[in-house]
Amino acid sequence: MTADNKSVDATQSAKDLIRELKEEHGELVFHQSGGCCDGSSPMCLKKDMIIIGPADVKLGEIEGVEFYMHRQQYEYWKHTKLTVDVVKGNGGMFSVEGPRGVRFHIRSEPK
Amino acid sequence: MAFEFPNEENAQYKIKDKYQNFIGGEWVDPVDGEYFDNESPVIGQVVSQVPRSKQADVDNAVKAAHEAQKSWGKTSPAERSMVLLKIADKVEEHLEELAVLETFENGKAVRETLNADLPLVVDHYRYFAGVIRAQEGSISQLDEDTVAYHFHEPLGVVGQIIPWNFPLLMAAWKIAPALAAGNSIVLKPAEQTPTTILHFAELIQDIVPKGVLNIVNGFGAEAGQALATHQDINKIAFTGETTTGRIIMQNASQNIIPVTLELGGKSPNIFAKDVMDADDGYLDKAIEGLVMFALNQGEVCTCPSRALIHEDIYDEFMERVIKRVEEIKVGNPLDENTMMGAQTSREQKEKITSYLDIGRKEGAEILTGGNVKEMDGELGEGYYIEPTIFKGNNKMRIFQEEIFGPVLAVATYKDDEEALEIANDTMYGLGAGVWTRSQNRAYRFGRAIQAGRVWVNTYHDYPAHAAFGGYKMSGIGRENHLMMLSHYQQTKNLLISYGESPKGFF
Repeated sequence: MTADNKSVDATQSAKDLIRELKEEHGELVFHQSGGCCDGSSPMCLKKDMIIIGPADVKLGEIEGVEFYMHRQQYEYWKHTKLTVDVVKGNGGMFSVEGPRGVRFHIRSEPK
Repeated sequence: MAFEFPNEENAQYKIKDKYQNFIGGEWVDPVDGEYFDNESPVIGQVVSQVPRSKQADVDNAVKAAHEAQKSWGKTSPAERSMVLLKIADKVEEHLEELAVLETFENGKAVRETLNADLPLVVDHYRYFAGVIRAQEGSISQLDEDTVAYHFHEPLGVVGQIIPWNFPLLMAAWKIAPALAAGNSIVLKPAEQTPTTILHFAELIQDIVPKGVLNIVNGFGAEAGQALATHQDINKIAFTGETTTGRIIMQNASQNIIPVTLELGGKSPNIFAKDVMDADDGYLDKAIEGLVMFALNQGEVCTCPSRALIHEDIYDEFMERVIKRVEEIKVGNPLDENTMMGAQTSREQKEKITSYLDIGRKEGAEILTGGNVKEMDGELGEGYYIEPTIFKGNNKMRIFQEEIFGPVLAVATYKDDEEALEIANDTMYGLGAGVWTRSQNRAYRFGRAIQAGRVWVNTYHDYPAHAAFGGYKMSGIGRENHLMMLSHYQQTKNLLISYGESPKGFF
């Protein structure tokens, strides 16, 4: 399933970082996490790390990197527009930017 | 009284400048020789260097664990129980030290680490030392001469990925049952809180046989992923968020290994009209029960972050609640009078700030707080947020996502049916609270709320011997209880015929 209108965009610094990460890691995919600890943040994964399937909704693409969210989560998020940004930080589980001391971050606006 | 910062010269309890991995009972440098900067959120400054481990380090740890498992897997329950009891005693002897270090690393108020986190750690090891002694297999007599025996066996080498909100306690929840059941462990701490578990390991290194507990630090994208995808582990346990939980399950499916997951929640806390039937100790307890959203700066998977309050008592009840929230002392986490400390990391502070922003933009009303808490002096660069209450409705994002900060979303309801509908309108189902003077209402809510733990007239209790785990997208498995043993054990069935006559088929 694909979201109806453009639901996700990115700041220039996020776009620059995505381009660098693509050079380093190859194909990437975003999956918006939920829940504990590092949740409620976007995970930028090597494309073969996660199986995207019917449970996911595609919100759009940033610099050619597809951005997905679980269908159930999308139901609660769909009235907002997301902007992927970058902040300083160490966390992020399997998100590939972690070792650079930065973290992708979501900013939101009501649509 | 305030403890000195553990990075200061004259501190009673000191951190190290540089840490190593703990593999095969030895302290070793990472294979690549790389380290990352570890900050204390109390002061927002780098305070130590921690191994940036990768695949090779995880491989070494898994190998060491398999080597150790050959003898550890054959130890008697009595021996393993004794190891756990000794761990508990050692932690108890060093409770204040570990509490202070944990506070400096995580940012939480030291009154919590001293009085909750660390005492619970001690008790958790003692609990699993007890239950493993009492565990029995079973015997089923199938007919006069045929008997089925069921034995508990360890799984082998287990991988455990630990979160940063209660570093030592969440490690205890995973280490204690795994060791009790006779497994060896490769543990990856969160990169936000990588060092207190190493102080713990130093204390217990002569108690636990070499290689039975291995600790490898590093980034999730490197060391964490190497562990989660490792071909030679027999089980993986994870506490964290949903995307990673899903990836961990996906990897486990490739190797056909079991997985336990605890992935958080968005816990409702329901306050019935009868809460205000009297102005008494119970009402006071209920008010405190709502303010529990600020415990551990809200960085709890079961944070009661959605308060649902009966519309008839809303004004009067909230007036008292807000007064109580405004009395929360936010400050130096190492001061025993401080009630709420720092958020654990810079990105966590940023995330909470973004939720304060979208809460406002969606039209939720701020009843108190709502801002970053500016601090002076040494704390000036630390990560502090004001305890915040929003009033809004359950469709708003602040009602649906784990903010993992001291941010409460409040809504009213008109009757029990509506309260239940709102409570269950979430993708998660980990914790919930019900506050009422009516036993029958408490029971009905308790059974109908889709969550693994429903507290009635209390909140945020985590005693060993009460099962903890999630419904819906909150995960799989039940920790904190002897039933967790089954998640770390294999069942061996011996089916024996004592008869002496052939079956007669051939």
